[in-house]
Amino acid sequence: MPAKPKVAFFDFAGCEGDQLQVANLEERLLDLASHIDIVRFREIKSIKQDNYDIAFVEGSITRPEDEPRIREIRDRATILVALGACATIGGINCLKNFLSESEYRATVYGQFSRWYSTYAARPLSAVVRVDMDIHGCPVDRDEFARAVKELLLGKIYSPPDYPVCVECKMAGNICRYEQGKLCLGIVTRAGCKACCVSEGSVCWGCRGPAPDANMDAAGQIMDSHGFSWLDAQDHLRLYFGFNSRL
Amino acid sequence: MTKAAAKEKKEKKSGSPAAAGPRKLEVKHLTRVEGHGNIIVKLDAKNHVQDCRWEIVEAPRFFEAMVQGRPYEDIHHIVSRICGICSIGHQLCSIQATEDAFGFNASEQTLELRKLALHAENLQSHLLHIGYLVLPDLLGVDSVLPLAQTHREELLNLVACRRVANEFSRLICGRTTHPQRLIPGGMEKIPTRAELQELQSKLEGSLSRMDRIVDLFAALADKWPDFKRPTEYVALVSPSEYALYSGEIGSSSDINRPASLYRQVTNEYCVPQSTAKWAKNTGESYMVGALARFNLNHRLLKPGARQAAQKLGLKAPEHNPYLNTVAQLVECVHSTEDSLEIIAGLLARGLKHETPPTIRVKAGKGVGAVEVPRGILIHSYEYSDEGRIISADCVIPTNQNHGNIQMDMDALKPMLSGLEPEAIELKLSMLVRGYDPCISCSTHLLDVSGTPARKLVKFVRV
Repeated sequence: MPAKPKVAFFDFAGCEGDQLQVANLEERLLDLASHIDIVRFREIKSIKQDNYDIAFVEGSITRPEDEPRIREIRDRATILVALGACATIGGINCLKNFLSESEYRATVYGQFSRWYSTYAARPLSAVVRVDMDIHGCPVDRDEFARAVKELLLGKIYSPPDYPVCVECKMAGNICRYEQGKLCLGIVTRAGCKACCVSEGSVCWGCRGPAPDANMDAAGQIMDSHGFSWLDAQDHLRLYFGFNSRL
Repeated sequence: MTKAAAKEKKEKKSGSPAAAGPRKLEVKHLTRVEGHGNIIVKLDAKNHVQDCRWEIVEAPRFFEAMVQGRPYEDIHHIVSRICGICSIGHQLCSIQATEDAFGFNASEQTLELRKLALHAENLQSHLLHIGYLVLPDLLGVDSVLPLAQTHREELLNLVACRRVANEFSRLICGRTTHPQRLIPGGMEKIPTRAELQELQSKLEGSLSRMDRIVDLFAALADKWPDFKRPTEYVALVSPSEYALYSGEIGSSSDINRPASLYRQVTNEYCVPQSTAKWAKNTGESYMVGALARFNLNHRLLKPGARQAAQKLGLKAPEHNPYLNTVAQLVECVHSTEDSLEIIAGLLARGLKHETPPTIRVKAGKGVGAVEVPRGILIHSYEYSDEGRIISADCVIPTNQNHGNIQMDMDALKPMLSGLEPEAIELKLSMLVRGYDPCISCSTHLLDVSGTPARKLVKFVRV
């Protein structure tokens, strides 16, 4: 990796919230930009170059024509980073994978649905090799800055492999199960500092399952707190849809 | 740019004129906008513009289908993922529609906090657009980054205002993008008195910083293309305030209608060059967004905002779509002033910790309509008696603008003819950018032409 690596940003199907989080670094973005050479960032920059060392890619692959594009990005980049839930785990886009294709096409575009191409949403890793994941919906700004720093030092950032519960305890939150709410912190990969629970909500699972998450034990906890399989499934399908059997 | 083959005579059914000009100018994936859109221009040998086309090539995402069958508590969470930039607006609109369907009225304090949330989002989104996306065009650079060297003070001033706007969003909603505190019924968590007081002084600081942004843009007034095309302007209107959170759907050339009758205004239709639907009302197209709001509601702007408009030379009715960005700047001043008033009121009355009341679920339909940075946003849901969505329709501001963008391009043609391709590309890109399109938002719209099947979607349950 050169001393001042060339960095490019790309997006597929998604809300561009992760790139927005990068723009939201405000003054720190200007700092960061002095250590890297941003050659492509459509959301904030017009000139585009095709020689880059690091590619940050946001969004899911949702149609056949996305595949050659992501393969080309993969070929050109030394390091490919999946940015945010849509890219790392398929994200909320995978909700449509549980519907029949003809039905969701017809629901949205009616008789014109054949004009538009689409298939089941999938994360980048289902199509190309990914070197590094930055999880979250959206990504956490601090985690992004840290991951970039590590890349500049020649390391690959590895996100925590324990569940959100660990960080939630450290944040001093009351367990949502004690409040009668269904929460996925017990099986979701940490790294967000339990930001949703700390803001009064529950963990929605946007960082995907922790590598060794014990889904059976999670099922027992949900069961013992009176949640039905339907409740659990509603929640799990929001973000765990792509590679969990739900 | 590629040399289009002369054989390319085949005319598409979409109605684009047969223009086998020797050159085709393609702006693939227009930059400094949210989402994927292309501008395709056909030129003849003398650079006369034969045809310009605005194409939406974003991958369709099918949100209206994705929410079907989902419980009401999850909907605002899911739909906020339609857009990273206007996630607060999508949540609030969704919450309104859900509360409307169940006949629920939120508390006074909740309504005030929601209004603050909308102001916060308008500020952060507008400042991003004004400063990061449009200003580089006016200063002749490709992004905001080189301005760190050439216009450091102005840039830091802008960035500082934007940081306050982000902190404002975070304080009210929990997070700037995809916030966590807003829910049907109320708020999961509210700011403390001390936090609101701190915000108050930060916003006051922003107000004086904004004066300098206004001066900067007033000095750049001659950089806007001189172009006017009167069109229909649509925005929420209310007799009592510059409407953002509630009101009726107003139009510059039509009667006001309650939000529930939005389909009479939006009249969506499909075009093959776009994965987003287009909309029209009394004319061929209409415009929503800051300029539409300014044209319809300018009398209700706060005094500082009115002064800013005067300094910037913006007078209603303004028919130059490029000046949408200027209207956004005026709104920034207004939003800051109005937020300061709301905060003062909240502090005077004292903040109460309200546990969100349980919502009584029942079958019903509901519509939400709010003004988000890019214009009027409408969500309409039908719920089953278990509180699960039977059908959903989201009408996004950018989709309402697509037709107007195309009509503007058509009207611009004579002005562009003979210019160098780079100048043509810049003028057209600036036009689209001026609308601040949010393309990924706009690519999922319900088909209203057929008879919607009234059933819960069948999840493949195991």
